[in-house]
Amino acid sequence: MIINHPLLGPRDSAEFVYKGDANLIKRPDGMADGVEEAFHDYAYLRDNPAGEHRELWYHEQGDRSWLVVTRNTLTHDITNVELARDVARAQGRSR
Amino acid sequence: MRYSALKVFTEGLTGNKGWKPVWREPDPKPEYDIVIVGGGGHGLATAYYLSNKFGVKNVAVIEKGWLGSGNVGRNTTIIRSNYLLEGNQPFYELSLKLWEGLEQDFNYNAMVSQRGILNLIHSDPQRDAFVRRGNAMRLSGADAEILDRDEIRAKCPYLDFDNGRFPIQGAIWQPRGGTVRHDAVAWGYARGADAKGVDIIQNCEVTGFQIDNGVCTGVETSRGAIRAKKVAVCVAGSSSRVMAQAGMRLPIESHVLQAFVTEGLKPTIPGVITFGAGHFYVSQSDKGGLVFGGDIDGYNTYAQRGNLPVVEDVCEGGMAIMPMIGRARLLRMWGGLMDMSMDGSPFIDKTHIDGLYFNGGWCYGGFKATPASGYCYAHLLAKDEPHPVARAYRLDRFLGGAPIDEKGQGAQPNLH
Repeated sequence: MIINHPLLGPRDSAEFVYKGDANLIKRPDGMADGVEEAFHDYAYLRDNPAGEHRELWYHEQGDRSWLVVTRNTLTHDITNVELARDVARAQGRSR
Repeated sequence: MRYSALKVFTEGLTGNKGWKPVWREPDPKPEYDIVIVGGGGHGLATAYYLSNKFGVKNVAVIEKGWLGSGNVGRNTTIIRSNYLLEGNQPFYELSLKLWEGLEQDFNYNAMVSQRGILNLIHSDPQRDAFVRRGNAMRLSGADAEILDRDEIRAKCPYLDFDNGRFPIQGAIWQPRGGTVRHDAVAWGYARGADAKGVDIIQNCEVTGFQIDNGVCTGVETSRGAIRAKKVAVCVAGSSSRVMAQAGMRLPIESHVLQAFVTEGLKPTIPGVITFGAGHFYVSQSDKGGLVFGGDIDGYNTYAQRGNLPVVEDVCEGGMAIMPMIGRARLLRMWGGLMDMSMDGSPFIDKTHIDGLYFNGGWCYGGFKATPASGYCYAHLLAKDEPHPVARAYRLDRFLGGAPIDEKGQGAQPNLH
């Protein structure tokens, strides 16, 4: 698979480490009520869809950036690649 | 019809005209006591043990493709019971014991071949870890021996003992491990279940669950609705997709594992050999092909094919311990979907929906577990309480802080 890195252009997926569902960016509020269940769901449960999947890839053998890759799990087609930093900031995170 | 040497002999003399199909092709009835979703090894084993050991006769197995079309027909056929943790090892030892009696039990030649499994040791800490593992295995009643280099050399003189980076320092050896003819397992269980009246319904896909007030009362399928007192799901790589129809999210990701077979060679590998410094395992089939595999590809996928970087990684592992493998030509390679759980261990449990049961999360180790998985799932379905060796396989174990993490990797399914 070739991942079209937003800064570096097309890179072989073997340069990356796969880090799972991009929902892991949305870490629950640790001070909220019912936090045990929220963290259980966050850490352990997955949608695991057949089809479009947004997922984290870490460019360990490259510039060490984290990417959010939109990839089809049935065909391996990659339709979108964003910097995870931009996705997190768009969700209101400071970094 | 019972199989015997005499039957084979007389059929051979009379033109093999007396063989009959070994299971029926029934249409689904409107209602069953138990509907098993998934006609793979685990589903068929569950049906077999329900009907033959627990006396539950009104059972159907529904399968979206053909019988045994999933992982039971595409694995590397290894059986073993060499786990470490208390939640796992007694379960896998029960499985190995069931394998040992399986052919006599269901009167079918599954070619259970206990040729032994050799896990190589390449460093001092690894030896300590494997000695500890061997002790855990023996405590559960399994067999394990630590071998030195000379003892390994007597079995496998062609290994690269003095590899510059990963010299072989020893091995843990389980003589009772080995291989089994995988398709025959599905066929044998199907035949044994069918003989006791279990309906095996192929080409019947589940499209939804009937759930009223938190009680599951049946399934919707591509061949109409089927009512059931209990619905038992065991669909391996499709677990998340099927359980999503009941509104559930699972601690599972689906990944692809590749496997490889070379051209047929003369007998050279006595049992199963695994590399301890990378991920590579190999055995030789009865047709002579070297059957081998390694790591999963490591990303979520439902495509039953992998990519080339892992092919390279697996072949490097093979070359590191067994340079002669480089002379063999690869005949076939393929991929199967693994239901990778968050701790690398499976689930056999009730769900929060009454009447709906789940069996899955077998990662890439489901084949060896087939008999015990079927037996323990049947036990749970028939008696509504878990079998003693499968008590730890609960769906809510992460919430209670009781994962069964053999590798200590945490909630990172692609590392298990």
